[in-house]
Amino acid sequence: MDAATILSAATAFSLFLMCVAFFLTVWRVVRGPTLPDRIVALDMLVAIAIGFIAVVAIRTGFSLYIDIAIALGLVGFLATVALARFVASQGMQPGEEEPPEGRRRRPGRARR
Amino acid sequence: MIDTLLALATAAMIVTGGVFTLLAAVGVVRLPDVYTRMHAASKAGTVGSGLMLLAAGLHSLDGAILARAVAGFIFFVLTAPVAAHLVAKAAHEAGYRLTRFTVLDEMAEARRRAGRKRP
Repeated sequence: MDAATILSAATAFSLFLMCVAFFLTVWRVVRGPTLPDRIVALDMLVAIAIGFIAVVAIRTGFSLYIDIAIALGLVGFLATVALARFVASQGMQPGEEEPPEGRRRRPGRARR
Repeated sequence: MIDTLLALATAAMIVTGGVFTLLAAVGVVRLPDVYTRMHAASKAGTVGSGLMLLAAGLHSLDGAILARAVAGFIFFVLTAPVAAHLVAKAAHEAGYRLTRFTVLDEMAEARRRAGRKRP
């Protein structure tokens, strides 16, 4: 086995794993059920996209992709901070939080 | 020989990163509330993408590119906890509930105590 075969197989396998992770996270973005859930899932999507970019950089040999990954990380961090500030200023919307997966009793001490 | 060793190291790093990313996504889907999901996403997800960046820097065998990859990795490791902490604090203050499996909520207790002190 030479180096190119090892790298090709590893990048293909890693791309497959990240595709599965990407679709699982997209399912969480669509499903919700609350706004912070979606913010966390979008942050995770940025991390997965950075992984995609790094693997593509290895596969194609263009090292400029690493700079793109760093820029994407910056933008993702800023977006997460801005959305967190939005949640902090806006508060919880009425009726946003329905009990997930059915059977939830009153979580007495968790509320303020 | 050295090519094969480098390829093996890079392959191990990107497969490990892919596994970490997949586990983080499984955690985001399976865990019960915002705070536990955030714990999976911000730790395992950061390690996954950071390992892949390091692998890309190592694969290039160039000092400048490796330095940029390490700088990006350090940046992600520094910013992911800050972002997760901000989201958690905002969600907790906005009143999003913890799961019913929660055993300790020190922030709510501290807020209740502060509210009783000065009504």
